[in-house]
Amino acid sequence: MGDHAEMTQSFPILSLMLLVPMIGALACLYMEAQAARWIALGATLIDLVLGIYLWLHFDMSAGAPEWQFQEMHAGLFGRFSYALGIDGIALTLIALTVFLMPICIGASWEAIEKRVGEYMAAFLFMETLMIGVFAAQDIYLFYIFFEAGLIPMYLIIGIWGGADRIYASYKFFLYTLLGSVLMLIAMLWMTRAAGSTYIPTLMAFDFDPAIQNWLWLAFFASFAVKMPMWPVHTWLPDAHVQAPTAGSVILAGVLLKMGGYGFIRFSLPMFPEASAHFAWLIFGLSMVAVVYTSLVALVQQDMKKLIAYSSVAHMGIVTVGLFAFNQQGIEGAMMVMLGHGLVAGALFLCVGVIYDRLHTREIDRYGGLAINMPRYALLFMLFTMASVGLPGTSNFVGELLSLMGVYQASSWVALVCTTGIILGAAYMLYLYRRVVFGDLTKDDVRAMPDLSVRELFLLVPIALAVLWMGIYPESFLAPIRGNVASLVARTERAKPEGDAKLVMGKVAPAAHEETEHGPAAGGESH
Amino acid sequence: MISIIVFGPLLAAIIAGLGNRMIGNVPAKVITTGALFLSCALSWPIFLQFLGGHGEQIVEPIFTWVKSGTLDVSWALRVDTLTATMLVVITSVSALVHLYSWGYMDEDPDQPRFFAYLSLFTFAMLMLVTANNLLQLFFGWEGVGLASYLLIGFWFKKPSACAAAIKAFVVNRVGDLGFMMGIFGIYLVFDTISIPDILAAAPAMAGSTIGFLGARFDTMTVLCLLLFIGACGKSAQLGLHTWLPDAMEGPTPVSALIHAATMVTAGVFMVCRLSPLFETSHVAMSVVTIVGAATCIFAATIGTVQNDIKRVIAYSTCSQLGYMFFAAGVGAYGAAMFHLLTHAFFKALLFLGAGSVIHAMHHEQDMRYYGGLYKKIPITFTTMLLGTLAITGVGIPGTQIGFAGFFSKDAILESAFAAGGHGTGAFYVGVLAALLTSFYSWRLMFLTFWGKPRWAASEHIQHAVHGDHDDHPDAEDAGHEDTHAHSHDAHGHDAHHGHAAEGTAGYHPHESPWVMLIPLILLSVGAVLGGFAFHHAFVDPEGGAHFWEASTLFFNEHLMHASHGVPLWVKWSPFTVMALGLIIAWLCYIKNTDWPAKVSAQFYLLYDFLLHKWYIDELYDLIFVRPAFALGRLFWKGGDQGTIDRFGPNGLASLVVASGRVTRALQSGYLYSYALVMLIGLAAAATWAIMPK
Repeated sequence: MGDHAEMTQSFPILSLMLLVPMIGALACLYMEAQAARWIALGATLIDLVLGIYLWLHFDMSAGAPEWQFQEMHAGLFGRFSYALGIDGIALTLIALTVFLMPICIGASWEAIEKRVGEYMAAFLFMETLMIGVFAAQDIYLFYIFFEAGLIPMYLIIGIWGGADRIYASYKFFLYTLLGSVLMLIAMLWMTRAAGSTYIPTLMAFDFDPAIQNWLWLAFFASFAVKMPMWPVHTWLPDAHVQAPTAGSVILAGVLLKMGGYGFIRFSLPMFPEASAHFAWLIFGLSMVAVVYTSLVALVQQDMKKLIAYSSVAHMGIVTVGLFAFNQQGIEGAMMVMLGHGLVAGALFLCVGVIYDRLHTREIDRYGGLAINMPRYALLFMLFTMASVGLPGTSNFVGELLSLMGVYQASSWVALVCTTGIILGAAYMLYLYRRVVFGDLTKDDVRAMPDLSVRELFLLVPIALAVLWMGIYPESFLAPIRGNVASLVARTERAKPEGDAKLVMGKVAPAAHEETEHGPAAGGESH
Repeated sequence: MISIIVFGPLLAAIIAGLGNRMIGNVPAKVITTGALFLSCALSWPIFLQFLGGHGEQIVEPIFTWVKSGTLDVSWALRVDTLTATMLVVITSVSALVHLYSWGYMDEDPDQPRFFAYLSLFTFAMLMLVTANNLLQLFFGWEGVGLASYLLIGFWFKKPSACAAAIKAFVVNRVGDLGFMMGIFGIYLVFDTISIPDILAAAPAMAGSTIGFLGARFDTMTVLCLLLFIGACGKSAQLGLHTWLPDAMEGPTPVSALIHAATMVTAGVFMVCRLSPLFETSHVAMSVVTIVGAATCIFAATIGTVQNDIKRVIAYSTCSQLGYMFFAAGVGAYGAAMFHLLTHAFFKALLFLGAGSVIHAMHHEQDMRYYGGLYKKIPITFTTMLLGTLAITGVGIPGTQIGFAGFFSKDAILESAFAAGGHGTGAFYVGVLAALLTSFYSWRLMFLTFWGKPRWAASEHIQHAVHGDHDDHPDAEDAGHEDTHAHSHDAHGHDAHHGHAAEGTAGYHPHESPWVMLIPLILLSVGAVLGGFAFHHAFVDPEGGAHFWEASTLFFNEHLMHASHGVPLWVKWSPFTVMALGLIIAWLCYIKNTDWPAKVSAQFYLLYDFLLHKWYIDELYDLIFVRPAFALGRLFWKGGDQGTIDRFGPNGLASLVVASGRVTRALQSGYLYSYALVMLIGLAAAATWAIMPK
């Protein structure tokens, strides 16, 4: 450990980002409702400013160090250390977190009326833990943040959730438990074998391919649940349905991204051979997820369930991209994660807006909102289109790159996953039509006022970010480019061969004849 | 300059859309229409430059879009002959449709939104035609799809409009699946998706093979066919055409702009833009020819029996797009683009004319309730007559005298014949379709404008006559329009005496306002002169080679030479069938008006089959829509709840209960047990960590 101790940062900004919400959380516990709201908003806004500072001072040039803003206190926990540091991938995810947090506080401003102090404390505590997950450079520190981050989420669902909150949190608990125990065992084995708990060291360590498979499966158990991948996804719809709006935003926006982050940070670089070996498993489950959950989303009656199922389908695109073993696939997966974080968060906010007015999530209770809520209709349309992956919005860039990447690995997987763009259009437009279009026939729906200024402040920033990501994604691709490139280089040795195998023909103009080259036939491959 | 043409409409759309009720109807209309007329005014000089042979291909870069690995895509505006042609089509028709909508949408409470959508559409379409890479092409492609969705569903209170909008979007997405796969494949093969780079590298790839879905195929065939699936979706070719007729739920100006003149031709544009790519695959070319010819005849057969005036024109559009595709399929890309241009003018004219008729007939769209309108709305009648003469291809074979469609359709048929192979088949199919075109077009004209009024049976007309004049501002200008009509009209006189003649129900159709008539008149100039003015540049062997040189379009001089040398009977056949169609229509709908009923009774099954559009919608509903919902329910109830949850979490829960623990205790204690397990884990880790090494 000692060899990394000298790497210290003059100004511990990451620690500060962890500390600010933590102090805010403690303060909230002792405050009355209104003061707690303002403290929470203040703390999250400070973190947002710090996040912007982080982004602006992150060195994205070609020769930049892979890890930046590093902090290291080796002696703090005995054998493992308090080590923080970020690369571009972590940077973008931290940015997503600090961007969504003030919006979550704003979304809870009026909706939460009981035990406000505790509620705000839970959220702030969760922000600390989420940033911690992305910033941790020690594997046990990561584990603590990763697992502890669920406790505030349980509380949020369990205390401020809907009628069936107990069942939802029970499912959440059960699924996560198994995965985290297995992951912990794998971590113990790894640190013993590699003799280090420092993540960058582990990322460069070559584990025995035979044992890699077991380690990979142990991590997979945890990340697949978090993602969530089919068939361990059923906790998500229930959790979303029961969670308060802001809880859903954070759950879809950030917590689901921890699974993808885990794959990028651990599974792929630490176990390249095993990742290649199990790529078919990921592809298979993801293909099922895309088609299966999209069809399930089509028949949902509950708005939140529909969006929750659509999240599972989108995460399927992420996982295939990650295991495409190429630059486009992984960058695309990152972009889908960021885009989905914004869009799914915004869609849950959109549901929250009308839930606050009518107190039902049942789709058929609405209809004709375009008449009395035109601003809402416009923003909801934008997010619907972003979810559908319309070019010019965030999700398109991600889906395109991800699928383009996976096409190079397997055209079958690309074809099946691309059907997601058809099914996605079907279920989202069907939802939009039932909620926003149609005539305004119900009196209580007619009485619903349009978006308030507070609600506009929540949705418009996300809308702008969605368009920014869609029109100039370079801002988000530039920070991760170098890290993805080194990840691709790291996994290159295990990369499975694609199915395209281009074979050049004899000299043109024999274009008309079906050439008879078998796959084994030689020739110059591209 | 090209930036102003493209981004002007976007800016206008944003102002009108976000400003909406804040800025009011008139400013929104002025801004959007103004931006379009400006774009139009700037586009024509560019086109004329290319026409004069002085045009230069330029690519104006904007900024980076997507960069990942070797993929490097920028936003850029490309101008060449092909773009310039599309520019004038899009901006001209769009500007006129904007103007027309001032009148047509005058009663609508939601006008800024409508105009914002129209301008947004125009922007997306311009992005499509100025694309220099496949991704920006796809951006425009999806952008027009969005605008089309929004405009079809503009009257969102109507369930049928909402359904049609979703159908249009989803069916187009099926095509987009192919398009996207095509882009992926092209990137894999060429390592770039820049259009000029692909086209330059394409010939070298001819004859190569590639693995696709587990089998091996000719590379270029796979890529071209994938892209062509996209083209079929957008251009409503057989199989993916079902959304287009339903799209008529949108306001009529929208049908004219999007579903006739511009968006639906995007597929043809794409094939022409990528023509050197398609030229490398004989199989792909054959498929394009066959699908085009099949659509051409298929849609024409349905068009002959439809009663809704807009649906007749919609199927006609579908059929004309088939012509364009098989022209491209036989290698006559110039002819395809030429027909695209002339079709844009005469079909927009026919749609806007139909809109004018619908406006006059108080939103009645069923032609069975029309009749005898030529005296009531003479300008609409005259312009539509010109449009009909253009679409049926009236002209004198062997001379340079004729309406627009005469030049372009004959060029297509002659090149198809000259190309031989599948082209010969396409020629015969095309001639047969021309017969049907002539028949359904004249049927429309005769049912609408000739004969005796049959208005009384229409519910819309009944509505208009009996009360609720107040919610229909027509009443205001009716006075003015009536006097206008009466001065020409003897029959109008007895209609005036309270109780009307049987068929009219006392209703007075009136001519549309001038903002609607001026676009009609300008478009009819295009429909009359468009063919004569541009045929040299588009399809003449020498002129065409010169004109298309400054573009990516592959101009086959040999084929165009050959098409001029086809036998005389080939040249005369389109004219002959046109005349035949006219005569049959005249016999059926003017001379012996009882014939259609007799024929349809005689061939009841065939009539029913055509009337129900070959039952394709019903078939799709049966094999795609219903199973999708059924599977969704099955996966949800049977999969998630019945299997995963049952044996997963719920199964575990019941096991725990069975083992004697009370569920309640577990459920209230779950958090603590979780925290406990985690703490034990951490304690274990900590113990290990603290132990000396």
